[in-house]
Amino acid sequence: MKKLVRKHPLAIRWFHWINFPLLAVMIWSGMLIYWAYPIYRIGAGTHTIVKMNVSQPVWKSLHVNNRLAEGMAFHFFFMWLFAINGVLYVLYTIFSGEWRELVPTRQSFKDAWIVFLHDLHLRKEPPPARKFNGAQQIAYTLVILMGLGSLLTGLAIYKPVQFSWLTTLFGGYPMSRFFHFWLTVGYVFFFVVHVGQVIKTGWNNFRAMIIGYEVQSGDGERT
Amino acid sequence: MTDEPIDEPAVDDAQQVEEPLVETAPPPPPLVSLADELALEAEKQRQLELENDERIAREVSRLSRRGFLTAAVAAGTSYGAWKWLTTSKQMDYLHWPLRRVLRMNESVAEAYFREARLSPTFPTSRITRPAKLNGNLGLDPNFDPSTWQLRVEGAAKPVVLTLDDIKSLPRREQITEFRCIEGWSMIVKWTGTRLADIMAKFPPPDRVQYVGMETPDRGYYVGLDMQSAMHPQTLLAYALNDEPLSAGHGAPLRLAIPVKYGIKNIKRIGTIRYTNVRPADFWAEQGYDWYAGH
Repeated sequence: MKKLVRKHPLAIRWFHWINFPLLAVMIWSGMLIYWAYPIYRIGAGTHTIVKMNVSQPVWKSLHVNNRLAEGMAFHFFFMWLFAINGVLYVLYTIFSGEWRELVPTRQSFKDAWIVFLHDLHLRKEPPPARKFNGAQQIAYTLVILMGLGSLLTGLAIYKPVQFSWLTTLFGGYPMSRFFHFWLTVGYVFFFVVHVGQVIKTGWNNFRAMIIGYEVQSGDGERT
Repeated sequence: MTDEPIDEPAVDDAQQVEEPLVETAPPPPPLVSLADELALEAEKQRQLELENDERIAREVSRLSRRGFLTAAVAAGTSYGAWKWLTTSKQMDYLHWPLRRVLRMNESVAEAYFREARLSPTFPTSRITRPAKLNGNLGLDPNFDPSTWQLRVEGAAKPVVLTLDDIKSLPRREQITEFRCIEGWSMIVKWTGTRLADIMAKFPPPDRVQYVGMETPDRGYYVGLDMQSAMHPQTLLAYALNDEPLSAGHGAPLRLAIPVKYGIKNIKRIGTIRYTNVRPADFWAEQGYDWYAGH
C-alpha cells in the first residue's frame, strides 16, 4: 500500500533552490577574477600533475578574458544574497529542529562507510533507510561548513587590513586566497557527486525536493 | 512547492437497501470453501490497495502541478532579473545596479574602518625580492626628474614642494604587503613620509572629503577617501627596499597605501588635491570599484 510521506519542508526547498543559482553566479564571477592570476595546481614540489589553468584560447571560448572588474563587481553584489540565504538556512535548521536530521552522529560515520560500499556495489545490503543516510548527513553538513569557510576566507581577502586577524588566522593573504579557491573546487566536486546521486536515486526522490512529498510503499521502502 | 495537508477521500456511506419481508425457507448455508474466502479477501484487499494507490497518484499529480508550476515561475523570474541586470545601463563600464551595490559596500566599509587597524608588518627576511614591476601608466619616458615638483592644491594657499622639502618631514619605514587587484601580492619595504603629516602641515581650509592625486602628465590619477588618506600607514614614499625609487617604481615620489589595492598606489605623483568632489580614478573609469579598499 503506497503512501505519501512529507519529506522536505517548504523553507528548505526554497533555500536549496535559491542557493543553486547564487552559488553558480559566485563561481562564475570567481572564475572571472581567478583568470587574472590563475596560479594554482595539483602537484608536489616542482612536479605538477594538474594545472588549475587553461590556455588563453580556452579561457576566451568560455568568455572569461579581461573581465576582472566585472567579475569583482558581480562577486561583491551576489556575496550578500549568497551569505544571507546561507545564514537563513542555518537559522531555519536550528529553530525548526531539522538539524537533527542533518548533523552527523558517531553512527553516521559507520553508516557512511556502508553507503560507500553499497554504492560501489561492494556490499549488497543497503544502508538503513532514513531521511538522510550517514553519507548524506556528513556531506550536507560539510558543505555548510565549507560555505562558512568561503565567507570567512572571502572576508579575509576582501578586507585584509580591517580583518587582518582573520587573514592572519588563515596563514596570511596568499593562503586565504588559496583556501578560498580550493573551497570552490570542493563545491564543484560536491555538485558532481550530488547530481550523480540524485540521478541514481531516481525521480521520486528528486520530485520530493520540488513538491516536498515522497511516495513510499507500505513496508517503508521508497518506490 | 506547496505544503497542503492531504485530504482524506470522503467515504460514501454504503447504500442501505431494505429487504422485503417475505417468508421463505431459510437459504442453505453457503458452500464457500476456505480457499474461495481467502481469494475474496485478497481481491478486496487488492481493490482497496488499487483505490489507495489511485488516490495517491492523483494527489502526487496535484502536488506536482503546483510544485513544478511554482518552480517554473521562480526560474522565469530569476532569469528575468538576470536579464534585467545584465542589460541595464552601464556607468563607467559597469551595470548601474552593480555600481550602486559597490557604493553601498563602500559605505559599509567606511563605517567599519578604523585608522588604528593596521596592515600587518613583516620582518626584513620576508621581503619579496626583487619587487615586481607592474604598469607604467602615467610614466612619460621623456620625463625630466630634475624639474619635478609636488603641487598641493586646495590648501589654504597653493603649495609647491621639492623632494628635499618632503624628506625634511618625519621619515617613516614600514614593511607591508602590497596587494594587486589581479590577485598577486608581495612584501615590500617603503620609506617616506606620512601623507597625514603633509596634510597637517598644509591643511585644507575646511574639512574635505577626498584627496585626488595625478601624475605630471595626468596619464594616471587616483581618488582617495579621507580616512584612507589619513591612515598612519599611508606614505608618500621615496625609497623601496632601501633603494631610491627607480623610474619604473615611480621616482621621485609615489604613494604607498596598504589600506588599498595596488591600483591606488600611484607612481610619480605630480599633484595632490584636497576636494569635496569625488576625484576621478583611472581604474574606476574602467569598471573597477572606486573605493578598492582593504
